[in-house]
Amino acid sequence: MAKYKEKIMEIVFLLAACVSILAVALICVFLFANGVPAMKEIGFADFLLGTEWRPGNDIYGIFPMIVGSIYVTAGAIIIGVPIGLLTAVFMARYCPARIYKIVKPAVELLAGIPSVVYGFFGMVVIVPFIRSSVGGNGSSILSASILLGMMILPTIISQSEASIRAVPNSYYEGSLALGATHERSVFCSILPSAKSGILAGIILGVGRAIGETMAVIMVAGNQARMPQGILQGVRTLTANIVIEMGYAEGLHREALIATGVVLFAFILIINLSFSVVKMCGERK
Amino acid sequence: MAVLNQVENIENVENINEIIPGKKEAINSQSLKDKMLSYKRTPGSLLVMLLVMLASGITIVALAFLLGYILVNGVPYLTADLFSWTYTSDNVSVVPAMINTVIMTAISLLFAVPFGIGSAVYLVEYAKKGNKLVKVIRVTAETLTGIPSIVYGLFGMLFFVTALHWKFSILAGGCTLAIMVLPVILRTTEEALMAVPDSYREGSFGLGAGKLRTIFKIILPAAVPGILSGIILATGRIVGETAALIYTAGTVAAIPKDLFSSGRTLAVHMYVLSNEGLHVNQAYATAVVLLILVILINALSSFLAKKIQKV
Repeated sequence: MAKYKEKIMEIVFLLAACVSILAVALICVFLFANGVPAMKEIGFADFLLGTEWRPGNDIYGIFPMIVGSIYVTAGAIIIGVPIGLLTAVFMARYCPARIYKIVKPAVELLAGIPSVVYGFFGMVVIVPFIRSSVGGNGSSILSASILLGMMILPTIISQSEASIRAVPNSYYEGSLALGATHERSVFCSILPSAKSGILAGIILGVGRAIGETMAVIMVAGNQARMPQGILQGVRTLTANIVIEMGYAEGLHREALIATGVVLFAFILIINLSFSVVKMCGERK
Repeated sequence: MAVLNQVENIENVENINEIIPGKKEAINSQSLKDKMLSYKRTPGSLLVMLLVMLASGITIVALAFLLGYILVNGVPYLTADLFSWTYTSDNVSVVPAMINTVIMTAISLLFAVPFGIGSAVYLVEYAKKGNKLVKVIRVTAETLTGIPSIVYGLFGMLFFVTALHWKFSILAGGCTLAIMVLPVILRTTEEALMAVPDSYREGSFGLGAGKLRTIFKIILPAAVPGILSGIILATGRIVGETAALIYTAGTVAAIPKDLFSSGRTLAVHMYVLSNEGLHVNQAYATAVVLLILVILINALSSFLAKKIQKV
């Protein structure tokens, strides 16, 4: 009897473990089954490379949104990565224990703030600031990039900090003993060794930036046209789904789901490159 | 320079402490003056150091400014009106949204916790090394972590709302979020279980306990703080989630009658408020409520996480 119980419970645990496989499978099946037919109906090339999105006239080209997502993500990386990386260096190599006790929870809190609150902050602070100091109407690629750069900070900081800390201290000491300054030792001997971990952190940051929805909607302006400049509005893939899903019907609705499929494909590629980078790092 | 002089002096003395009392490792330390001198010689290093300080400063100031700005603008509007029992378009009360948030969290955790803990137990205690299935589970869990919340929202809409005919409901939203937080709970539980020393298992087996009894009586109790910190982390994500809920749980601003009616959580409420643009002050106040919730949840989670490190 006891033996049966053990066996049964093992199977129960096994089934629980399979739930995540089931979930991924369901997500794939439902997204692709609903999105791919629409893509076929519109035409793959017209859908992916069409530069006009006019649901009223049954024209569905998501190229502006793809470009928009890429621009905004690139902006976030340009702003977030240097600041995040240097902050990680500070936390791992400069910071006295007393200050670390304040900085570490601060970074954790930065990760915990909900994206709506970020979006609201962007709407009431960053957008008016850009409008008055740089120009344009404020809701722009620039505002979205700044806000997203802020949002990916904790991802990049915690990943980079962990990989910097994983480098053996003898690297640093060796470099110091050869007469290099503290800065040179950190930046020329520790950072290169922590490269793959930092890169993995950046890729995670890209994933977060490209998938972010609510915060971007609130600051990016959301015009569905090709981005015209850094101070002009832009619509991302994620924003496209949320804004129009509420009233979409028929092919329009399916086109939005297909937008989700494209986004999902992006994320899968990013995930894959993350695992590859991580694997390369572990092999060394 | 000063360091070198000290070293020369030390050679004549047997006990270092006589020269620099109370500082056994003082030989390696640099005084501020030495540091400045060294930076003068290597301006590149000085520049890099300043950049590092600047970047960390920006990070901290950005957070402090965000918190400060929202608190200063929001706290004055935390009026009794905002906390009245029912929602009207005048008082935009947050109470129904708060109750919905609690219900939503309970539903999601109800589904996510057993499966999350169960699969972690399988991965740590049962699976043999090099098991193909384990690899697949890890990859899928990592994939789930990376999927953006709007994709979860789309899936929830297609599967729970449309295919299962649950309509926009608390239940559909809760199930969507359960899938979303499953990898969080899975990973933290896995780490907590792996942190339990093997001697616990060996001791339990040595006393004649079976595998099942060992898991439930010895290993899980020892891993409770870690598991709890994961659950609280998941709660934080549920409380802050918006994109996955708009098209699964809907945006009705009332306490739901049953599991199959729509209701907005606090984060969705906040989004709707700031999108309408009619009640900006109340939106600030709602942001304050959300922030305080998140800060509390974060503090609790890191407190528990520290507890397992001590054990």
